[in-house]
Amino acid sequence: MRRQGPLYPPQRQALTAIDGAIALLAVLLVVQIWLLTAALEGFLAGHHRVALPAAIVSGVLFAGCWALYRLIAGLDRRGRR
Amino acid sequence: MSREQEREPLWREEVSIFAADESYVGRRQFAKFLVLTSLGMFAGNLWLLAKSLLRRPAPRLPAVPVARLDELPVGGVKAFSYPGPNDPCLLVRYAPDRWAAYSQKCTHLSCAVYYAAESRRLACPCHHGFFAVEDGRVLQGPPPRPLPRIALERRGDRLVAVGVDLQGGEEARA
Repeated sequence: MRRQGPLYPPQRQALTAIDGAIALLAVLLVVQIWLLTAALEGFLAGHHRVALPAAIVSGVLFAGCWALYRLIAGLDRRGRR
Repeated sequence: MSREQEREPLWREEVSIFAADESYVGRRQFAKFLVLTSLGMFAGNLWLLAKSLLRRPAPRLPAVPVARLDELPVGGVKAFSYPGPNDPCLLVRYAPDRWAAYSQKCTHLSCAVYYAAESRRLACPCHHGFFAVEDGRVLQGPPPRPLPRIALERRGDRLVAVGVDLQGGEEARA
């Protein structure tokens, strides 16, 4: 049964954990945006060799973002129980 | 009751009518947005990788005679076009047995560079960018990249332009 009133301490803890995960997610995303900008700049300058390492690192960052999202979804499910 | 039946329908998870759940829904939606943006960045990098792998080989450029060896005095400059008529270049004799040729377009905003013999540098008058005459590297100012270098070959008593080196990027040669 869902609660309708104010948040209880365990729920608040879950919310804090989610906030932390979102902050980390934002940091990863900023790094990924910078990476794409740098890779594009290199590509347009004729440095085609940067594309492969940039794509690999970007994939790793995306995997990290996805893992954090799964963590957030798990916390969300537990916190709303 | 199976696990599938235990789960709330999607619309109930996404559109909560309970105030206590609202902060969870908002945060989860925001996290989803961030992850989708991350996926977009990854797709952009994959696109760059595909463009790099599928690019065509650099075109073969013609060999074009530029000057005779004795045509320029030391410190002398000759303007020419290479590889096309709309690609202005400069040939510089900066030492008795040293010649170098570069694209005349500054890599900042394509102003025409000139050779400043007294400082032995190629200079862009628009934003005071300077390039080394020996290799075209940026010495000072806003240009982000070295000047594209024209590859030269000695053929008899002539200097012949045979390719363009983007200095770290693609190189096309005759």
